[in-house]
Amino acid sequence: MSQHTLSVIVEDKPGVLARVSAMFSNRGFNIHSLAVGPTHVDGRSHITLVVDAPELEQVKKQLHKLVNVIKVQELDTSGALQSEVMIARVSCEPADRGQLADTAALFNARMIDLSPVSMTFEISGPPNQLASFVDHMKPYGIMDLVKSGRVAMKRLSDISPAVMVPQVR
Amino acid sequence: MKQQTFTGSHSLFRSLENEDVETMFGVPGGAILPAYDPLLDSPIRHVLARHEQGAGHMAEGYAISTGRVGVVMATSGPGATNLITPLQNAKMDSTPLVAITGQVGTGAIGSDAFQEAYTTGLAMHCTKHSYLVTDADDIPNVVHEAFHLASTGRPGPVLIDIPKDILTAPTSWSEPSLTGLPGYKPTIHGHPKQVKAAVAMIEKAERPVLYVGGGVVNAGASAELLEFAEIVNAPVVTTLMARGVFPDQHKLALGMSGMHGVYAATTAIQKADVLVSLGARFDDRVTGSVADFAPNAKVIHVDVDPAEIGKVRNAEVPIVGDAKSVLRALIDRTLATRDAADAPPRREWFELLDTWKTTHPLAYTQEPGGPIKTQYFIERLHAITGGHAVIASGVGQHQMWASQFWGFENPRSWVNSGGLGTMGFAIPAAIGAKTARPDDLVFALDGDGCFQMTFQELITATTENIPVKVAVFNNAGYGMVKQWQNLFYDGRISATYLDPTVPDYPKLADAMGCVGFRVTNPDEVDAVIEKSLAVNDRPVVIEVVTDTEEMCFPMVPAGGSNDHIVMGPEDL
Repeated sequence: MSQHTLSVIVEDKPGVLARVSAMFSNRGFNIHSLAVGPTHVDGRSHITLVVDAPELEQVKKQLHKLVNVIKVQELDTSGALQSEVMIARVSCEPADRGQLADTAALFNARMIDLSPVSMTFEISGPPNQLASFVDHMKPYGIMDLVKSGRVAMKRLSDISPAVMVPQVR
Repeated sequence: MKQQTFTGSHSLFRSLENEDVETMFGVPGGAILPAYDPLLDSPIRHVLARHEQGAGHMAEGYAISTGRVGVVMATSGPGATNLITPLQNAKMDSTPLVAITGQVGTGAIGSDAFQEAYTTGLAMHCTKHSYLVTDADDIPNVVHEAFHLASTGRPGPVLIDIPKDILTAPTSWSEPSLTGLPGYKPTIHGHPKQVKAAVAMIEKAERPVLYVGGGVVNAGASAELLEFAEIVNAPVVTTLMARGVFPDQHKLALGMSGMHGVYAATTAIQKADVLVSLGARFDDRVTGSVADFAPNAKVIHVDVDPAEIGKVRNAEVPIVGDAKSVLRALIDRTLATRDAADAPPRREWFELLDTWKTTHPLAYTQEPGGPIKTQYFIERLHAITGGHAVIASGVGQHQMWASQFWGFENPRSWVNSGGLGTMGFAIPAAIGAKTARPDDLVFALDGDGCFQMTFQELITATTENIPVKVAVFNNAGYGMVKQWQNLFYDGRISATYLDPTVPDYPKLADAMGCVGFRVTNPDEVDAVIEKSLAVNDRPVVIEVVTDTEEMCFPMVPAGGSNDHIVMGPEDL
């Protein structure tokens, strides 16, 4: 089943998120990732949904049927601006700190906690960047990992996404 | 005299009056108590039902038989949970309904208070929209929005949950607005390009069929449908929900299609080259196996709800819009290209349809000595009343026979539970319809199983002076379920037998203040119908003791192809 990213503008009212998620379970669609937050407009929230569905037409129509849903947009995943936030705690003896810190720096990951046995990094960026970071951390041993839902927005420029990936410091 | 404070409850009734509500149905209780006080000073008639489910179905019957919004009121907790069935029923059948429920005080919400239920959460899946009012000042706008949502676009049920302290809070009433619905903009008018494409496709069709659903009833478009069908010269199939929207007497009428549909109607769709779906949703009872449904047809799908288009069957020409507006556009476009009388004659197609009508008619055999066949009673009732009645129905064999054998001529003369298939719907729905249309004969055709689910509402009918008539077809059980056990479970009859002697229906009717009759012999059917029609001051119950073994045909077994229609047990 393919993954689709949806950008949904809703009224910022109690119960709206419940209505959206209830519709998904009612219709048998699966939510892969979900991020909700206010927008710059008063009374409007933005929901970014990553959904597993064979086709999106019915999902979009059912979302539109919810009275509190104002706008539904499918984002072309390859071109859209996408970001996730991740915190990863990696096993690390003091002797290995330099090597690990170097690798983290290549990904623009920020160290936010340090203990005698671990280093903890915060990283944000497109999903593939985070996935690559995880791959590089695996050999050290990941002790704990949390990731936010994906937020996404339509890209307006025609610049290749590759150029837009945050540059290594 | 003490000056009364204007509260949320007053605002609620002021708002209901502002929506021109004349009748509401309900049952009081603790949390909704404050709302029952200003009712005393309101011109709105409140019909006191004996169960909230009954009140809900009454509101549905009121709405279905008139097109107006039905209103039901109940208390929190069990009052609200008892409304869930009518809400889902109204959702499935796109019936405009506003349900008002009391809720525990805002400070007690979430504390498992007495008679607390998470009503808006429960209603989330079975309403078009729901509100929890948290400020009494919001009441005018919420009520206005609720009526707007219930009655526009694809109609449906809307619930307003009001905590007790909001009902008692001081407030004021102001003229409401719809500014609070930024995301709700139903599409009414079909896209002209699509209308043009549809007309071109229909004009070229050799075997077109108009497949007409409840959306045409809701749109009030029966006149447009008749005009369009005649202009394009295409046969008309009506779904269970659309019975009455096109006159059965008309030469283009084929009747109902689907699982228990007329052979010619079901087969016409199977052989169609262009299927024009108007306010219908390709329900599984209509399509049978979707893969085998109308295999050669290009589909033009007209629906006010965009989510219906492409949900079950892909449409070559999708048109989002209200059936009335789109039909008008289709008529205008057709007449822009040719004169009304110049429709393609399609002689071969109509000859084929006539053949199917002749070779595979609806049939049953009424033996002179009995037992009575339900079909026979329905045909006699139609003959004696001239078909001038609103027919309410329960769910099961009698419902299918009513749809098959009652010749419908007018929209909103058929009140039934289609999508949800709610047994027990007939009696309360008939009461609601009779409340709305007191001058019309309202006849509930009910089964014994259905009757036993909601008959206590006949007490409501008696005490509120709503003289409905009920025919209970007593075949000693759940006939349709038994039919499936006979056909698909090797005749192993499990839990579908109901002792036909208990209750004693005429005695029970008498105890509820109704007039009760029993008829067992086909020779006495006409007389009992005449006797029932002579009673106008109270409800009537006729127990019709029917054949316990009669099965409903034609039948397409669930999930089967509509190419394989079973005309009788010998076909299995």
